Amino acid sequence: MAAKRKAKAPKNGLLIDYEYCTGCYACQVACQQEHHWPAGMSGIRVHEIVQNLPNDKAYLTYLPFPTELCVLCAARTRKGQQPACVQHCMAACMRYGKIEELAKEMSKPRMVLWAPRG
Amino acid sequence: MIVRTTAWSAGPGCHGGCGVLAHIEDGRLVKVEGDPEHPINRGRLCSRCLAMTQYVDHPGRLRSPRKRVGERGENKWQDISWEEAYDLIEEKMGKIREEYGPESVVFSMGTGRDVGAWICLLAYNYGSPNVMFALSGIGCYSPRIAASETVLGDYCVFDGGQWLPKGHDDPRYKVPETIVIWGYNINASCPDNIFGHWITDLMKKGSKIICIDPRLSFFASRADKWLQLRPGTDGALAMGFLNVIINEDLYDREFVEKWTNAPHLVRSDTGTLLRASDLVEDGSPDDFVVWDTSTGAPAIWDAANLEFRAPGAAPDAPSLTGVVPALEVPAEQCAVHLLDESSVPVKTVWSVFCAEVAEYPVDKVAQITWLRAEDIVEAARLYATSKPATIQWGVAVDMTPAITPTSMAIAALWCLTGNLDVPGGNVVARSAFGAVAYALPGSRGPIQLPSQEVDTTRIARDRYGVLSEFIWRAQTDVTLEQIFTGKPYPIKGMWVQACNLVGGIGYDPQRWVKALKKLDFVCVVDTFMTPTAELADIVLPAATFLEKDGIRSWWTPLESIVKAMEVEGCRPDNEINFELARRFNPDLKWNDLHELLDEIVSPSGMTFDELAKKGWELPPDGDPSAPYHRHERGLLRTDGKPGFKTPSGKMELYSVLRERWGFEPLPHHEEPPFSPVSSPELFEQYPLILTTGRRSPVYFNSEHRNIPWLREADPDPVVELHPETGAALGIGNGEWVWIENMFGKARLKAKLTPIVPRWLASAAHGWWYPEQEGAEPSLRGVWDSSTNQLLPMGYQGKDGLGTHAKCTLCRVYRAHTAPPGAYTLPEGGVIGGAVSVAGTAHGPAPGHAPATARGALVRNPDKEA
Repeated sequence: MAAKRKAKAPKNGLLIDYEYCTGCYACQVACQQEHHWPAGMSGIRVHEIVQNLPNDKAYLTYLPFPTELCVLCAARTRKGQQPACVQHCMAACMRYGKIEELAKEMSKPRMVLWAPRG
Repeated sequence: MIVRTTAWSAGPGCHGGCGVLAHIEDGRLVKVEGDPEHPINRGRLCSRCLAMTQYVDHPGRLRSPRKRVGERGENKWQDISWEEAYDLIEEKMGKIREEYGPESVVFSMGTGRDVGAWICLLAYNYGSPNVMFALSGIGCYSPRIAASETVLGDYCVFDGGQWLPKGHDDPRYKVPETIVIWGYNINASCPDNIFGHWITDLMKKGSKIICIDPRLSFFASRADKWLQLRPGTDGALAMGFLNVIINEDLYDREFVEKWTNAPHLVRSDTGTLLRASDLVEDGSPDDFVVWDTSTGAPAIWDAANLEFRAPGAAPDAPSLTGVVPALEVPAEQCAVHLLDESSVPVKTVWSVFCAEVAEYPVDKVAQITWLRAEDIVEAARLYATSKPATIQWGVAVDMTPAITPTSMAIAALWCLTGNLDVPGGNVVARSAFGAVAYALPGSRGPIQLPSQEVDTTRIARDRYGVLSEFIWRAQTDVTLEQIFTGKPYPIKGMWVQACNLVGGIGYDPQRWVKALKKLDFVCVVDTFMTPTAELADIVLPAATFLEKDGIRSWWTPLESIVKAMEVEGCRPDNEINFELARRFNPDLKWNDLHELLDEIVSPSGMTFDELAKKGWELPPDGDPSAPYHRHERGLLRTDGKPGFKTPSGKMELYSVLRERWGFEPLPHHEEPPFSPVSSPELFEQYPLILTTGRRSPVYFNSEHRNIPWLREADPDPVVELHPETGAALGIGNGEWVWIENMFGKARLKAKLTPIVPRWLASAAHGWWYPEQEGAEPSLRGVWDSSTNQLLPMGYQGKDGLGTHAKCTLCRVYRAHTAPPGAYTLPEGGVIGGAVSVAGTAHGPAPGHAPATARGALVRNPDKEA
């Protein structure tokens, strides 16, 4: 069963428009609440990336990155709900859907498309 | 069961308003989700609300009233029943009232929130006017509101479509071309009843950003113009913007002529406004004078009726029509004849306003603010040529002692650029339907003092005109002094509710400890033990927003809070205060809390129950609390006439009230008390600018350090330093450092990051350690990392408002050790363990630093050496 699943290409994923992520941690805590993870564990983590740029400038990025614990909220999506992180994202910068369709929506810069573990 | 309600503290700690769906099973909270239909958050929800299950069921939560059985600060308590607690409070506070008068008890609150109304209910029915917002200089929000009331008669906020049922998609709404975010990391805190992420929504729709912030925030990183100004120089920057906008003729001249007091005449001899009483017998001192270019003579502006009159005309004579007031008075005509036959030169308000603005050429402003002149010019042009454009200002503006003249300059910006009460501009903000629970500056609701006579004893009311006119609070710095001096009357008790004087809001917290110890009676109402609660005689356990009925009536919409569950032993603030108000005033107007809630929401035509069925309601177009263009439509004044509810009926570029109160009537810049400019000798010793109060998205001020999911995200008190600054000081990333100045010091963890300039130390505020020992001297670790130890009381602005938390000085050096018990995630992820009662074990003794995993990561230079 596991081997079969591994062979399959991932079907669903998350499209994250990190240009608008403000680093609010709503996704991380929404996941912890939904899946009853203790502090220290979550299906998605917010990372802060500060990049120095030429001319003494810098750019601040927040990137919510799904972890090994992410199951794309299968129990929620079966009921037609959005994954907990997607619904509560304060910046509304995450989308859940079929990877092929999400790929078509990568129509602007600064996005990542993420597929879960098998 | 899913209960639809509204989040407003206690719980998330914010000023709230978000719609939530509380999932309850067998009376227990299992989940909190955002309400997808709610107009404010549309299904979204912040981390603090999403962590409510950890808050509600926290083992450290207070669940019974308790009374002190040791000395204050010994952390020895005995649980008592609610009835016993009420009886004790009634007895102790009753005795103070009898012996010293009701004004001898001060009612202290933290950042306003839901509790504001209920503190007033209790204080006013006890008979005390002394409700105190415990921040020095009342320095959060109230000063901005009061300054705006002073010159505009109303407050304004940025238009995020919050008054329209369809929000941004409403056909009446316009997406702002440019949004100025002024001293505000708004997405991290959602303060002031604005949902910060409305701005990210609008950025996706094309809004450009001008970000005014010394620190590279999310918005600064994505801004079209980022102005990295020196903290405390906002007033100079606003004047610089005005300078560009006026000199380059980018202002709305029609608005200036028609809606401001720009044409009113100012006497050159006294520098004060020319009044009708200066000109004619029986002329009113409340009426003003313009120069009518159609007749070449003065005409009187009847400020009560908002019409012109001929000088000397009979009171029943028809008003003058066809008056064309001059914006500038030609030099050869610039004198009027006064009653005493003397002739006095005059200028218009516009002339003196422009002369003041001319004091701020861009080069000078660049020098003051440490910005580049071309950046100031480009930002001013971008703002002034964007239609519509809006400004959303934050608490950083309050945090300069010259808050009022600074706010006057910023308010002038949105008025002069034609952005007042237009779609996508700065819209007048009033409580929806005029339903006022918590009376913000300038408003009055059903909760009032039994007689205004009592109000004359309010602390510093007479000293600061703005306190008698708009802000119904005791002045905080003066109150603290009065506790020690007993002059003009003694302070004997304090009621402290949702307020952490020692661990959060109070500057110079050592002095607040001394003050609390000096009092005969202290009662604290909170959800958890805090450093402040440790000093109480009685502590009452408060309910969260999920455990109460209430209303949120602050800007818009009008919303109901509906009890979803109960936590045994806890009671809602409003029920606690209603019961005590009833005991202290047997003639209380309402029989129960719901009668009071009904009266508060009654301007909406609904009862509380009717509102609760709907959840929220927006005021309809035509209601004075709904936009737009209200000054033109006669919706701002009670007489229904177009104009503003200011003394002149106009938006005042020259403030009539400020003149009356004895302050500068024009906007301007003043240096904060501790800065490289105002105290260069201190700057030599303390060569970094210290700004405190940087917002964390997972905390609200001093709260939530005991909530594991939240503490995990922001585990330590962090001071941000530029990497080169760190290198110069020999400080490595992640090292514990002392930040110190002439008033005190605090130990924080250095984060070296280029998001701050080389000259800045940006320090987190409100840190104490719920997991540490409650008894003194630890007081839950408050003396370790509280940055308020570097901030003195008593440096409020000239008008009693404004403070300096974001613009002072410090030096930073290695601490060599971590604070005792530096954060590590405990077994099972529980922070701040069970509440200790008398006789039970306490946590580790102060000074004992457990060898935690995290502590081991901290380099110890002593050992290395």
